[in-house]
Amino acid sequence: MKKLVTGILGSAALVFSASAGWGATLDDVKERGTLRCGVHTGLAGFAAPNDQGEWSGFDYDLCRAIASAIFGDPSKVEAVPTNATERFTALQSGEIDVLSRNTTWTLSRDTSLGFNFAGVNYYDGQGFMINSTKLPGINSALQLSGAAICVQTGTTTELNLADYFAANNMDYNPVVFQGFDETNAAYEAGRCDAYTTDQSGLYALRLTLANPDEHVVLPEIISKEPLGPAVRHGDDQWFDIVKWTLFAMIQAEELGITQANIEEMKGSDNPEIRRILGQEADSSIGTVLGLENDWVVKIVSGVGNYGEVFERNIGQESPLKIARGLNQLWTKGGIQYAPPIR
Amino acid sequence: MQQQDLSFVRTELEPARPAPAGDRGFVRWLRVNLFATPLDSVLTVIGLLVVAFTIPPILRWAFIDAVWSGADRTVCATIAQGGIQPDGWSGACWAFVNAKFEQFMYGRYTYSERWRVNLTAIIFIGLLVPLLVPRVPHKFLNAVAFFIVFPIVAFILLVGGWFGLDYVATSLWGGMLVTMVLSFVGISVSLPLGILLALGRRSRLPVVKMLCVAFIETVRGVPLVTVLFMASVMLPLFLPAGMTFDRFLRALVGVALFASAYMAEVVRGGLQAIPKGQYEGADSLGLSYWQSMGLIVLPQALKLVIPGIVNTFIGLFKDTSLVYIIGMFDLLGIVRQNFADANWASAQTPMSGLIFAGFVFWIFCFGMSRYSIYMERRLDTGHRR
Repeated sequence: MKKLVTGILGSAALVFSASAGWGATLDDVKERGTLRCGVHTGLAGFAAPNDQGEWSGFDYDLCRAIASAIFGDPSKVEAVPTNATERFTALQSGEIDVLSRNTTWTLSRDTSLGFNFAGVNYYDGQGFMINSTKLPGINSALQLSGAAICVQTGTTTELNLADYFAANNMDYNPVVFQGFDETNAAYEAGRCDAYTTDQSGLYALRLTLANPDEHVVLPEIISKEPLGPAVRHGDDQWFDIVKWTLFAMIQAEELGITQANIEEMKGSDNPEIRRILGQEADSSIGTVLGLENDWVVKIVSGVGNYGEVFERNIGQESPLKIARGLNQLWTKGGIQYAPPIR
Repeated sequence: MQQQDLSFVRTELEPARPAPAGDRGFVRWLRVNLFATPLDSVLTVIGLLVVAFTIPPILRWAFIDAVWSGADRTVCATIAQGGIQPDGWSGACWAFVNAKFEQFMYGRYTYSERWRVNLTAIIFIGLLVPLLVPRVPHKFLNAVAFFIVFPIVAFILLVGGWFGLDYVATSLWGGMLVTMVLSFVGISVSLPLGILLALGRRSRLPVVKMLCVAFIETVRGVPLVTVLFMASVMLPLFLPAGMTFDRFLRALVGVALFASAYMAEVVRGGLQAIPKGQYEGADSLGLSYWQSMGLIVLPQALKLVIPGIVNTFIGLFKDTSLVYIIGMFDLLGIVRQNFADANWASAQTPMSGLIFAGFVFWIFCFGMSRYSIYMERRLDTGHRR
C-alpha cells in the first residue's frame, strides 16, 4: 500500500515537476516574509508545540536556522504540520519551501519523488528496547531469538526486522499494530518481549513508561536512517542555502562558536573563524548564496550551533537525554562532518 | 340494655394502616427493584462489588491523587521516571491540561488576537440561547441573525484582514475553535441542503432526481477520510504550481457536503412517513409545491426525524476530528499532538489528555441529545407510543 501510494505520488510528481517551472524560492520567501517549513505533526524532541503553542524541537530549529540566515530573525517561520503521506505532496506542490520532518534519505525519494536532500541532521537507526526485569541478562539483540516483538505494520521498520532476523538465523513472533500509540500501549502492557522502532522513538517512548529504568535500549542498530531536510528539484540556489545552513551549524560547533560567545568570536584572530563569520574585508561568504555575508553570525546568534541545538532539544538538557552517538562531530568519534566553508 | 354495653361506637372509618415495615419506603424499593428474586439478588451483589472495586480507584486517580498544576513533566512523573512523585504513584495529570488549556481552545491563534475568538463565542452563545428557548419572541429575526448575519461577522472577526483587524491564517487555528467552526458550518449547511436534496430525490423531474441521487449515493459511498485525503494530497498536484486552496476551506466544504448527503436520507425517511392523504390534502387546497412542502409536509416530516437529525449532528461533531488527516488539529488532534511535547511526556499524560477531550465532546453531544428530547416532547402531537 505504502509502495503504491509512493508510486502514484512519484509518477504524479514526475508529470507535474516537468510543467511546474520553479522560480527562485529565495525570492518567494523574501517576498512573503516568512519561511514555510514542513514539520512533523508532533514528535517528541523533533517538532512539538510547547505550552505557549509555539513549535519547538530539533527539526524545527533547522527551520529557524534557515529563517535566521535569510531574515536574521529565527521567528520568521511558518510551521506547516504534515503527516507521513502528506509531507511529499506539500513539498511538491509548493505549499512548503523546505521539509524538515525526520525524513529518511533514500534513493527513490531523492530521484523519483523529485527531491534533493540537503544533508543529514540526525543519523538515526532502528533499535530494540526490552524490559530488563522481564528478560534479565539480555544485553544484545542477537539474544532475542524466539522473542515476541512489537512493531508497527507497513513501515520499513517491519521489513528491516524480518531482514535482520533472517540474516542471523533467528526466529521471532511479530506482534504488529497499525499505529504508534497502539504499539506503545501493547509494549507497555507486556504483550511483547521487545519493541523495535527508530532509536530516537525508543527514547521518546521510554519517557512515558511507568518504570523507565527497567527498560533498556539494546546497542544494536539494524538499519540506516539518515534523517535530513529536503527541498524540491530545480532550484539549486535554494538547495545550497538549506545545505550550507546545516553545514554552518556543524562547522560552528567544530570551531567552538556558540550562541553565547558569538560577539567575541567576531573579533577572533583565527582566520577560519573570521572567514566563516564574514568578518574579512573582501568577504563573499554570503553573497555567493544570495545571502548577506554575516549569515552564519545570524544563524548562531538566532538558534545556536549544531551541538547546542541537539542538547537543547533531544540531548542531555532535554527530558529525552539521547546520547550524541553517530551525531557527534567527526573530531569526537561521530560522523557529523561539514565541508569547509570558504 | 344491651345497647348500653356498647361503650364505643365507631363513627368513622379507621384510617388505613401503613404497610408493614418491610413493604414500604426504601426497603420496599430495594426489595422490588434489587432483590426480587434470587437471581436479582446475585446480580445486585455482583453489581455492587463491581462498583465498589472500580469507582474508588477511579475517583482516587481522577481527583485525590491527581496533580492540578505544575510547570512540566516532573509533577506528573514518579522519582524513577525523573519526577517528584513517590514511586508507585498513579494519578491524573490535570496539570498538563491546565498548562495547555489555551492551546486546546484556540490552537496557535495569534496570542494578542484571541479576544476576537472570545467575542465570536459570546455572540454565538448570545444568539443561540434565545433561539433554543421557545418562550423568547422574534424567532425569525433571531434565526436570520444567527444563520446569516453571524457567519459573516464571525468570518470577519476570525479571519481578519478587514476593518484594521490583522489577518490570522487558518493554519494557526486549532483546538475547540476548529471543532466549533467545522460543526457550526457543517450543521447549518447540511440541514437546508439535506432538505433540498431529499426533496430533489423525491422529485418528479428526472434531471433533478438523477442529480440528487447521484450526489447522495456518491458521497455516502466514499469514506470522509478518503475525501479529505484526496483533497489534501492529490488535489495540490493537479493545480497549477504555487496555487493552493486553504486547507481549512477544503475541510469545511468536505464536511458540509458529507453531512448534507446523510441529512438528505434522514429527511427522506421523514417524508416517506407522511401519509399520502397529507400531500393530496395540500394539493386539494390549491397550494403550490413549495407551499405544500413548507406548510404541511416538512413540518410534520422534520418533527418525526428529530432523533435522526440530531444523530447526524452528533456524528458530524465527532467526525471533525478527522481533519487530522489534512494537518489541521481539532480539540482531539491538538490534545494528541501535545503528547509529543517532551516537557510533558509522562505515563499519565496521554490518559489525562484523552479523558479531558472525551469529557468536552461528551458535554456537547449530551447537550444536543437532551435538547432534542426536549424538542420532541414539546412538538409531540400524538405520534408517541
